[in-house]
Amino acid sequence: MDWINNFVGGLTAGQQFALFSLLKVVIVIFGAVLPIVAYAVLVERKVSAFIQDRVGPNRSAPFFVKYLPVVGPFLVRLGIFQPLADGLKFILKEDFTPSHVRKVYFWIAPAIAMVPAMLALAVIPFGSTLGNQKMVIADLNVGILYTFGIVSLGVYGLVLAGYASNSKFSFLGGIRSSAQMISYEIAMGMSVIPLFMLVGDLNLSKVIEYQAGTTLGFIPNWLVFKQPIAFVIFLVAAFAETNRLPFDLPEAETELVGGYHTEYSSMKFALFFLGEYTAMVAASAMMVVLFFGGWTLPFAGLDHPAATFIMGFAHIGIFVAKMLALMVVFIWVRWMLPRFRYDQLMDLGWRRFVPLALANIVLTAVVLWAQNAK
Amino acid sequence: MIVKRAKLSFWERLYVPALLGGLQVTWKHFRRTLFGGKAVTMEYPEQKWVVPEGYRGAPYLVRDQTGDTKCVSCQLCEFVCPPKAIKIIPPGPAGQPADRANAEKMPREFEINMLRCIFCGFCQEVCPEEAIFLQRDYSLTGLSRGEMIYDKEKLLALGGTHAGVQKWKDKLDEAKEQETFPVKG
Ligand code: SF4
Ligand code: SF4
Repeated sequence: MDWINNFVGGLTAGQQFALFSLLKVVIVIFGAVLPIVAYAVLVERKVSAFIQDRVGPNRSAPFFVKYLPVVGPFLVRLGIFQPLADGLKFILKEDFTPSHVRKVYFWIAPAIAMVPAMLALAVIPFGSTLGNQKMVIADLNVGILYTFGIVSLGVYGLVLAGYASNSKFSFLGGIRSSAQMISYEIAMGMSVIPLFMLVGDLNLSKVIEYQAGTTLGFIPNWLVFKQPIAFVIFLVAAFAETNRLPFDLPEAETELVGGYHTEYSSMKFALFFLGEYTAMVAASAMMVVLFFGGWTLPFAGLDHPAATFIMGFAHIGIFVAKMLALMVVFIWVRWMLPRFRYDQLMDLGWRRFVPLALANIVLTAVVLWAQNAK
Repeated sequence: MIVKRAKLSFWERLYVPALLGGLQVTWKHFRRTLFGGKAVTMEYPEQKWVVPEGYRGAPYLVRDQTGDTKCVSCQLCEFVCPPKAIKIIPPGPAGQPADRANAEKMPREFEINMLRCIFCGFCQEVCPEEAIFLQRDYSLTGLSRGEMIYDKEKLLALGGTHAGVQKWKDKLDEAKEQETFPVKG
């Protein structure tokens, strides 16, 4: 440990910042997000299998499994190795570019779909502190604005894919996604305004601080209890933003073959796929931060920034656990509701949620004003 | 036809009943499958579907009740087979005599290419000797095309004995009955 301390101590503040930011990016993206995405796919397949009375993936077994006596077959049955096989398959598949596509856009669209979802994670505080490092990649004081700015870029990937593919299905998918994502962006953006009116700061770390502690001794101070309407709007809008059922119109298989990614194969398709799940991770993480108290738990002193490494890891664990629970909600809802018709989707977005969000803002403002007037 | 749409109540328009109903149904199935082990999936190589009696699977040659080859190499099945899956080599004039005393000949070689066979059952229907039957095997596998051409020995081994209608035994009994007088009805 000494040489690490000496090495870090020898750096200037700027160099330290760069080093730790890089470390955090690498660890968060490759150590956490990509594995979570891979296994979210597995969980999705397993959960959907159980809901549909099936067994789900239970066959993929790498060669070393036969040396593990009881655990091996059990893991195989759980499908633990399925994501590895899937990944391998995606890499080895032929990367086919149809002759009728617009090549340049066709190639960059998957990247544009994937990157914003990852960038959105940068401002999420996924833990309190480890040592003297804050567990957030970029502690921006305009955190939420950054998120909304970046997330709305995600739609370009889909629109571009739809345009570049030069096929009817992709095109329709692209058009649908643009209308849908832009509409719900508005409801989503307005739904969180009351939160920041309560908190009084746009920095997401401050939002978490605000949610520490309890009311009446047992209800956590989480914003989901103070702003349930905002939460409902945000949740529904998150489904629409991530193209998840019941709002998966851009890729409605029954209508559009594959939607915007009809013409894609191999790793390029995988990027769309990963992008969708990364967006799910980002949306879940965002909801944890905004509505479920981030890395805090209102007991055992877990709602103060950690002083020790163990507490620091505990906070990260709490955050990940909350996030995974929300991911399961995302996955589960897929099997609960049928897909919305397009006009119903638009109706819900513009004529229900936008006015509701506005009313919520006004209501919160009035309540705050009344409280301050006393 | 115009479908009358029922007016939804306020409660229903909030999607709450739909959500609760969806949750109830999905949870019921999830619980049943995960904890009750009620998955409908049949995990194929370990569990196999037992086909019902009379299923038309792979055609095999059968032996009669005394263990003799029933086929008399008439080649009708070869002729009728739509995809030409059957290939019969007759014994020829100097060939091996039939197993059965009351048959003239039997095939020297009898091959069914299971990759071509469409399990139509025409061979079974056309056979005058009731020597070939579609049986209950439905999953035929092999590592090469050659392996999927079943020869006479294999077909006879797989086919077993057909103890149902014993055509020639009945004929023989009938013929014997003709010998005595008065002929029984
Ligand atoms: S079942 Fe039909 S296809 Fe198969 S061998 Fe008999 S006649 Fe030919
Ligand atoms: S199986 Fe039947 S139809 Fe075919 S050659 Fe033999 S006796 Fe004739």
